[in-house]
Amino acid sequence: MNDDAPLIQAVGRRKTYGAFTAVDGIDVEVAPGESFGFLGPNGAGKTSTMRIIACTSPATGGTVRVLGMDPATDASRIKAQLGVVPQEDTLDNDLTVTENLLVYGRYFGLPRATVRERAAELLEFAQLVDKRDELVENLSGGMKRRLTIARGLINTPRILLLDEPTTGLDPQARHILWDRLFRLKREGVTLVLTTHYMDEAEQLCDRLVVMDSGRIVAEGSPRALIREHASREVLELRFDVADHAERADDVAGIGRVEVLADRLLLYVEDGDAALEQVTARGVHPMSSLVRRASLEDVFLRLTGRSLIE
Amino acid sequence: MSAPTVTARRSRPRLPFPIAFAMPLALVERNARAGKHYWLTIVSGFFEPVFYLFAMGVGIGALVGTVEVDGRALPYAVFVAPALMATSAMNGAVYDSTQNVFWKLRFAKLYDTVLSTPMRPVDVAVGEISWALLRGLLYSTAFLAVAWAAGFVTSPWALLAIPACTLIGLAFASVGMAVTTWMTSWTHLEYVQLALLPMFLFSATFFPLSTYPEGLQWVVRATPLYHGVDLVRGLMTGDLHAGLLVHVAYLLVLGAVGVAVTARRIERLLLS
Repeated sequence: MNDDAPLIQAVGRRKTYGAFTAVDGIDVEVAPGESFGFLGPNGAGKTSTMRIIACTSPATGGTVRVLGMDPATDASRIKAQLGVVPQEDTLDNDLTVTENLLVYGRYFGLPRATVRERAAELLEFAQLVDKRDELVENLSGGMKRRLTIARGLINTPRILLLDEPTTGLDPQARHILWDRLFRLKREGVTLVLTTHYMDEAEQLCDRLVVMDSGRIVAEGSPRALIREHASREVLELRFDVADHAERADDVAGIGRVEVLADRLLLYVEDGDAALEQVTARGVHPMSSLVRRASLEDVFLRLTGRSLIE
Repeated sequence: MSAPTVTARRSRPRLPFPIAFAMPLALVERNARAGKHYWLTIVSGFFEPVFYLFAMGVGIGALVGTVEVDGRALPYAVFVAPALMATSAMNGAVYDSTQNVFWKLRFAKLYDTVLSTPMRPVDVAVGEISWALLRGLLYSTAFLAVAWAAGFVTSPWALLAIPACTLIGLAFASVGMAVTTWMTSWTHLEYVQLALLPMFLFSATFFPLSTYPEGLQWVVRATPLYHGVDLVRGLMTGDLHAGLLVHVAYLLVLGAVGVAVTARRIERLLLS
């Protein structure tokens, strides 16, 4: 396998559980050094997709190659070169912070001396040197997540899989985590992550696919997706009405209108100019906001639904 | 990346020789490290069979006197000590492979984590069972030393009772772990006790098999603990005969079946 060959390749990948189809024919390709994201709401099939790549769940259809190998026959060999950061905290609560790293490294069959050396580096990286001898149950949520990422790096993986890396963390902890992931990205680690946070996808992903109900509905870089499926700016308008659909006609023709439960969204090139047009028509919203279009808007456009309900 | 040097001929992944054998040991190492944080619990496991030994052997033994087994009259303590040693091997193995494994499987999600590494389901099964056996080895050795010091051991063949107890541990730990994979609530663990208690009481532990009517004797002979007890008793009293090999075979088969079923079940539960 040469250096530019895709690390992950999937064609028509499917995953069904009985009558339920979690992943319905997905084609993706991830290149070395790339930071690739699966974006979608809960239940979109992101975790199922990650499990297939991680070789912990066989695909029920299609072909998958990870690092050029087939998960069905070479699972252990693939796993030896993957780092996995699961969505739930799965740290070993019977062990200390350092022991979690040492023991996990041993699951890869790495020699003790190698694991010790690597663990020391990773404690630095995860900013957990002070906590090295604490039992993990005494760590905060952010620290646990950093330790889980450090653990996933113990075998110096070629691909790091992150399933919802910052879900449940407070804003400060998220930023520390993003900072660590940026560092990995700069060092050339291939990141594959799932998220339902737009800002996270925009911050971390070079390229992403938007998933909905087990299918890919769009693919591209965050900027390209926004350019293609949204406008430059969005004007948000709130009115004092029970149903915002009643006011949609009042702003028709200025830009594409999206009706949400609590506001109207106008997709326009210039938000301030659009607001002037609205007021010139004698329409006076209770409040208004001009912002840059985001992946949230892309998702809304593609699926007709908000990402976080 | 260079092309894989070992071509997989079977569907299962083949790892290079030293790694393939070291894999289950990683889990043993994990348990040993975790054990350091609750060593007192581990040490306490030694006392129960020793208490039984003195209560039964010395206390009840004074009332019973001797027991007639296959034409030999044995002091009650000598008769009962091997049975208690075999039973403690069973209990220890079952405790580790049911309670502890249930917790790790359903709540701590330890095996989900382990299986995201190159470790395979069979490594998990072998690793957990090996740990139960190592812990049991500690207890068996200590128990034998105490029984020897108390004068309840009459033959040097008794040293073989230690590996015999490891074999009992293998049979019970592997079946225990296999059964645990079907459990979904703590109440299910109570059923394990329900199965163990009658075995503990009636597997020719406290009175010889000849006490039972012919038909019941065959029921007792079918239970795994009976084979364990009779094996250990034969060794500890120096009564060696070919029948002991049947016990060894019985326990080995049970152990092998248990490991195979456990590995399959873990694969189905966690890699689907």
